[in-house]
Amino acid sequence: MIAFWVLAPIMVLAALGILVVRKAVHAALLLAVVMISLAILYLVQDAPFLFAVQIIVYTGAILMLFLFVVMLVGVDASDSLVETIRGQRAMALVVGVLFGVTLALGVAQVSVGAIAGLSEANSDGNVEGLAQLLFKDYVFAFEVTSALLITAAMGAMVLAHRERLTPKPSQADLARRRMRDYAEHGRHPGPLPNPGVFARHNAVDTPALLPDGTPSEASISRVLAARGTVQSAPELADDIEQLYTGEEDEK
Amino acid sequence: MSATPFLVLSAILFTIGCVGVLTRRNAIVVFMCVELMLNASNLALVTFSRVHGNLDGQVAAFFVMVVAAAEVVVGLAIIMTIFRTRRSASVDDASLLKY
Amino acid sequence: MGISMSPVLSEGAVPVVAPSSGDGVFSLLWLVIALPALGAAVILVLGNRRTSAWAHLLGTATVAGSFLLSLVAFFALLGRDEGDRSVGQHLYTWFEAGRFTADIGFLLDPLSALFLLLITGVGGLIHVYSIGYMAHDERRARFFAYLNLFVAAMVMLVLSDNYLGLFLGWEGVGLASYLLIGFWQHKDSAAVAAKKAFVVNRVGDMGMVLAVSLIFATFGSVSFEGVSEVAAGASEATLAVIGLLLLLAACGKSAQVPLQSWLLDAMEGPTPVSALIHAATMVTAGVYLVVRSNFIFERTELGQGAVVIVGVVTLLFGAIIGCAKDDIKKVLAASTMSQIGYMMLAAGLGVAGYAFAIFHLLTHGFFKANMFLGAGSVMHAMDDDVDMRHYGALRKALPVTFLTFAMGYLAIIGFPGFSGFWSKDKIIESAFGENLWIGLAALAGAGITAFYMTRLMIMTFLAEKRWAPDVHPHEAPKVMTVPLMVLAALSVLGGLLLLGGWITDWLAPVVGVAEHHVLPLPAIAYTLIVTATVAVGIAVAWVFVMKRDIPREAPQEVSFVTRAARADLYGDAANEALLMRPGNTMVESLITFDDHGVDGVVDGTGSAAMGMSGTFRKVQTGYVRSYALSLLSGALLVVLALLAVNLV
Repeated sequence: MIAFWVLAPIMVLAALGILVVRKAVHAALLLAVVMISLAILYLVQDAPFLFAVQIIVYTGAILMLFLFVVMLVGVDASDSLVETIRGQRAMALVVGVLFGVTLALGVAQVSVGAIAGLSEANSDGNVEGLAQLLFKDYVFAFEVTSALLITAAMGAMVLAHRERLTPKPSQADLARRRMRDYAEHGRHPGPLPNPGVFARHNAVDTPALLPDGTPSEASISRVLAARGTVQSAPELADDIEQLYTGEEDEK
Repeated sequence: MSATPFLVLSAILFTIGCVGVLTRRNAIVVFMCVELMLNASNLALVTFSRVHGNLDGQVAAFFVMVVAAAEVVVGLAIIMTIFRTRRSASVDDASLLKY
Repeated sequence: MGISMSPVLSEGAVPVVAPSSGDGVFSLLWLVIALPALGAAVILVLGNRRTSAWAHLLGTATVAGSFLLSLVAFFALLGRDEGDRSVGQHLYTWFEAGRFTADIGFLLDPLSALFLLLITGVGGLIHVYSIGYMAHDERRARFFAYLNLFVAAMVMLVLSDNYLGLFLGWEGVGLASYLLIGFWQHKDSAAVAAKKAFVVNRVGDMGMVLAVSLIFATFGSVSFEGVSEVAAGASEATLAVIGLLLLLAACGKSAQVPLQSWLLDAMEGPTPVSALIHAATMVTAGVYLVVRSNFIFERTELGQGAVVIVGVVTLLFGAIIGCAKDDIKKVLAASTMSQIGYMMLAAGLGVAGYAFAIFHLLTHGFFKANMFLGAGSVMHAMDDDVDMRHYGALRKALPVTFLTFAMGYLAIIGFPGFSGFWSKDKIIESAFGENLWIGLAALAGAGITAFYMTRLMIMTFLAEKRWAPDVHPHEAPKVMTVPLMVLAALSVLGGLLLLGGWITDWLAPVVGVAEHHVLPLPAIAYTLIVTATVAVGIAVAWVFVMKRDIPREAPQEVSFVTRAARADLYGDAANEALLMRPGNTMVESLITFDDHGVDGVVDGTGSAAMGMSGTFRKVQTGYVRSYALSLLSGALLVVLALLAVNLV
């Protein structure tokens, strides 16, 4: 019971956190908290097999899948929390709270009666007990789930598969397209210039200098530019005299 | 070890999942909330299993997990497909089927 | 008890129609109908243009053939024993439905034989006359087709041995009359008049349909033979209803009050049509129907009384209208109404009057056809002008027309010795035998008739000339005057039918033998009174018309009575006020109700549904989360319900 009273507030807070955090990654992490806590509660309630399954399947597989998709969709794609449907949030809260209160009250009211406990059922071990049930009483349901899983795997493949509508461009095609872009739009045909030539810092954040001495915007990643962590070449050049001299000294 | 606190916790988590489905717009988060609801129900099942003294509830919870796994696979694939065509994971953007 | 077994009828008994089978010449009876029908079919099928060269000859020849056949049949009938003068001929079964059998069959008895002669005879003369009258009409062939159709239908009407066949002919003459009245359909007035005649006739036809249906429902048969056998068994009330319905039908066809309004307008048709339909034949169909149905009317006091009242009212009604009209054809039409009123009156008197009704019908057929054709001749001479105020002193310009017309005139007013004298005198005498007031009304009618007919004669043929200078009256060609002469002769000599009571004896097997009435005065006294009344009528006309100037334009400052008579005694106004206006109002209110009530409900339901849909469809936002919210609300309700059930 101690485990419950420790974990329950954590779970509720984590669950509420899912409602309010902006980023999907954070939501996934909060969900992981809830799930691991749940696993412990399973263990507390004499369900060691489900504890393992909860950790392995849910936290290990399903949540990883979520994270994969979140990364595919874009980690940065954060939700704006401004509600677009008028009245939706208020109504959702009202109905949800009413529902929760009703449900909790209803559950609390029901006299569950004496708790049988699982010590007898688990006398041969929890896993053995479950196996007895699964492969005897629930064997058909169990077999059907295999069909369900295969179908789901097939479905996911079909959905994720993209039909190629145009022939795959060959290297010659790409070269031709680059030259055409250059001719029509003046787009630079060659590879972009490499970033910074000064290896004093993280060189990728330093723009390259063009022959006339101006820094080239195209030489650094757009992500770094957006973050505003780009070094400016003149700043770096402040102590260049000294460096030159120092080097000369060493030589 | 009384069963009622577990059941109430299960109800609360379930409700939070509901509200999450209703308020969040990111399809992935909505999906997480669905998972939360499923987990809440699993907790109730496990608790009832303990109350009744047999393992059927745990078997049911096990099946719920299997089904949830299948559902997540297909659901995430659908979300991927939608995102690929619309460049958006917001459930509100897919609202063409209306008046 | 069939007639053939008991030739001598007791007085007042209602004879039963019991025809013997016809063979020999009688088997050719169907040709009487078939010939004119064939003529009409040939002309109508081939069309006006292809037949215009010979259609009039074909039309006349077919009717002449019918007339010859009728004559042969008549004499064959005459040659039979008195009790055996009823010949039936079953042609074929038209259709059968359950108990109902509709046969096409003929009944030739003294009554229909006389009608056959009148229809085909006068009809034939009118055909001949039309050859001249319609010579310059480019649709003459079609005109003859319609005339033939009319004759065929009319013969069907009088020859049928059952009510259904009679109804077939009845509708046929209605159709032919419609076509002929509206023959000059390019004139609005003609088209309207034709429609009016048709519609008014429909009212009567409704009575006919109901009567035939009721007859079948009551007696299980529609043949005269079957009905007359069992008529005595029916209840008084049923017979009265049948009688009144038949009277309604007769009123429609015979232009009796209250369905009289179409006849005056029907003068829009070509004059031979007026002569054929609206004098000699079609309008007498109502009288024929009443006389033919004597086995019904004899058994219903109410029905007979109604017939008498209709007859009396109409004879005065028509006579009064006739006094005020300036249109020569309308005067004659009004007089037709009046004369048919006499016939109806006689027919309503029962056994005492049937024979005289038919007698007057025959003589009227002669002299009225004569006068109508004469009027046509006058119009022909006066460039189709019908206003008598534009005539005057035509006796010199149109000697033949004048003389023949004069014969008709003397006949209609009942100048001693002429045909009308005998027939009308007998009717008035019978009327006095029935009831003093009816007699007086009939007597008054005779006086008024004398007045307006004399007025017509004076304004048309006597007095001073009033025609426009560019009108050059000329006598009609021979083809027109010869029928006039024949009809004039018949008008004079028609009275011979009464010689030795021939016509009453001849018709006795059909209509029965009259009981001997003891009249309050000797018969000769009535004759004198009638003659004196007629003389007074003539004298009044002489003083008021001959001795005064006749203005070319009808004076407008006239008495109320004259104005009423000019307006057909407000017959049309009454129809309009009683039927048309309420009908229009009802229809308009129904339209309003339909537009606003029915359509309002329908449209309202529609727009309510539309409005609600417009509002409620907003619920379909397309947002999955909204739907999920609804889902959760539903789940909440379910949980609440479960809890509530649990708590209870």
